Amino acid sequence: MTSALELRAVHKSFGKTAIINGVDLSITKGERHAIIGPNGAGKSTLFNLISGRFPLTAGEIHLHGRNVTGMAPQEINRRGLGRSFQITNIFPRMTVYENLRCAVLWSLGYRYAFWKRVNALSDACEKADEMVHRLGLSKRRERLAGVLSYAEQRALEIGVTIAGGADVILLDEPTAGMSHTETEQAVQLIHSVTQGKTLIMVEHDMSVVFGLADRISVLVYGKVLACDAPTAIRANPAVQEAYLGAMEH
Amino acid sequence: MSELAASRAQSFKAPTLLSAKRAALWIATAAVMAVLPLLFKQSFAISLLSQMGIQVIFALSYNMLLGQTGLLSFGHAVYYGLGAYVCAHALNAVAANTFGVPVTLLPLIGGVTGLAFGIVFGFVSTKRSGTPFAMISLGIAEMVAACALMFPGFFGGEGGIPTNRMVGEKILGVSYGPQIQVYYLIAAWCLVCMIAMFALTQTPLGRMANAVRDNPERAKFVGYNPTHVRFLMLCLASFFAGIAGGLATINYEIVTAENVGVAVSGNVLIMAFVGGIGSFYGPIIGAILISFLQSALSAYTQAWLLYFGLFFVVMILFAPGGIASLITLHGPTWKARLMGRLIPSYARAAVALVILLAGLVMLVEMVYHLKAGGGEGAGFSILGLLLEPEKSSAWLMGLGVFALGAVLTAWSTRAVRRTWQAIAAELQMREAS
Repeated sequence: MTSALELRAVHKSFGKTAIINGVDLSITKGERHAIIGPNGAGKSTLFNLISGRFPLTAGEIHLHGRNVTGMAPQEINRRGLGRSFQITNIFPRMTVYENLRCAVLWSLGYRYAFWKRVNALSDACEKADEMVHRLGLSKRRERLAGVLSYAEQRALEIGVTIAGGADVILLDEPTAGMSHTETEQAVQLIHSVTQGKTLIMVEHDMSVVFGLADRISVLVYGKVLACDAPTAIRANPAVQEAYLGAMEH
Repeated sequence: MSELAASRAQSFKAPTLLSAKRAALWIATAAVMAVLPLLFKQSFAISLLSQMGIQVIFALSYNMLLGQTGLLSFGHAVYYGLGAYVCAHALNAVAANTFGVPVTLLPLIGGVTGLAFGIVFGFVSTKRSGTPFAMISLGIAEMVAACALMFPGFFGGEGGIPTNRMVGEKILGVSYGPQIQVYYLIAAWCLVCMIAMFALTQTPLGRMANAVRDNPERAKFVGYNPTHVRFLMLCLASFFAGIAGGLATINYEIVTAENVGVAVSGNVLIMAFVGGIGSFYGPIIGAILISFLQSALSAYTQAWLLYFGLFFVVMILFAPGGIASLITLHGPTWKARLMGRLIPSYARAAVALVILLAGLVMLVEMVYHLKAGGGEGAGFSILGLLLEPEKSSAWLMGLGVFALGAVLTAWSTRAVRRTWQAIAAELQMREAS
């Protein structure tokens, strides 16, 4: 069986500074995978490489067994990869509903059509509405995304990421800056909307990581230090030294 | 699940309901356009109305870029002007019997011309957005303006290309000789273009244009190429600008290099901005108001450009969202039936503003009068008031009125603000309960 996402000897340098130093990673279909590591380890850079936002310096990335190295972000997205951002990245001057409808248009094949009425596209409207409901934003449906609360914007960000039906989902610190209760709700949301999909997330909150992930990769100085099940990661002395131990202080 | 069902039901009922309302709105618009020349019969008024119709199309097409796609263009007149030029040549060819097209459909040639140049220039310019796009659009505008002087064969040099719209066969007795017939031609095209441009906002491309305006990065990660969205929007905007240009050819029967110039590009920006780029109807208001101000003010005073500039600056300072945003701002108050409360403070502010404006006009006109050196020693009068700029008393009076106006304005706007705060508090209370 081919993996959902495979990274082969991925390198990335900015000028002379090497940020990613040869990452090999294979993520199986349906897996929930967390990437942890200290600040500056290159977690967000790795996401930017996978999603096509930055070009690779060397190496290859395969999505569903197909080489997507060097493709533009929209091309990778069309092949089934959705991503969220660490800093909320939505359409602020559009309503919650419009945000989600825009997120489903391409996947339903409407492309750049300027001869179809968007309100008459029942499948797009239905999908957007369903997503509004699943995100728990029904009461905010007609609000502009830019005026939502932070937690609501984060939920919408996840919604926009997955609404198009992507089956490989990259979430970059989905619970950063949230209160305890907000985090719990976010975890529930992530759990429910990624059912049957492949999830890769960068996360700092260890309770979230250990609660959600099937496997964890520890990224240190642009290299995968360890990649294993949560219990094994917790018990790994190298990881403890490099990362978890440091967190206790 | 019942909530979901309810929200679904809501989403499917909404569009049909709204479009019935919209159909009524379009019919009303058509009726107003049909009746206007019957109410204002002077030839001056018919010319002005024709001008307004052309500018409404032009301003709306501009807002497809600025308001809807977030593209600030300093060169939109390129598509308008080139559309106008090609139409002038087409008309002349019809007159020379080398080409056949009914005058009624001539604007379509302008549109296709605009579209063709939109494809060429858009391919280059939409590779960038933001400031680089604005700079490229300015460069293209300068380039085309330079070509207008370099190729007198096509652009007609300084004299431009004169033409005659009374060519081809009359259809149902319509010769387009009388201005009123031209007005109705413009009105019909204006209505069709308005509906088409509105419909465009309701399509997948229209919505994704908004998305690209808001956040091109995110647009990529929902599968869209922002460059393609910008390119398509620019092509379509150029098409409508070309139609406006074609109508201008028929209306003025001459096309000069000014039509492709940066001044016209600046003017359409001002129309869209003053009207409000945040809503569909904003540029319509802007085009009508600015066209009116330009022809009305220029008929009364030499200083009209100064007033015009001042008006623009004041609008940008105090209503950056344009006139449409001022209307939108009053929506909740109107719905809550609290407009009555605003009227007294608005009335006071209006009086204060009129006094301020009167003082300003007196001073400006006296300066212009002195500079122009009009009638030795004699004064001039505004609305029956004799002003003698060579006497210091006139200046003292002007300054006095201006100062009084300034004080009253400061005082009355404070009252307006207080009323607004009270209404906002009340609206909040109502929402809470």
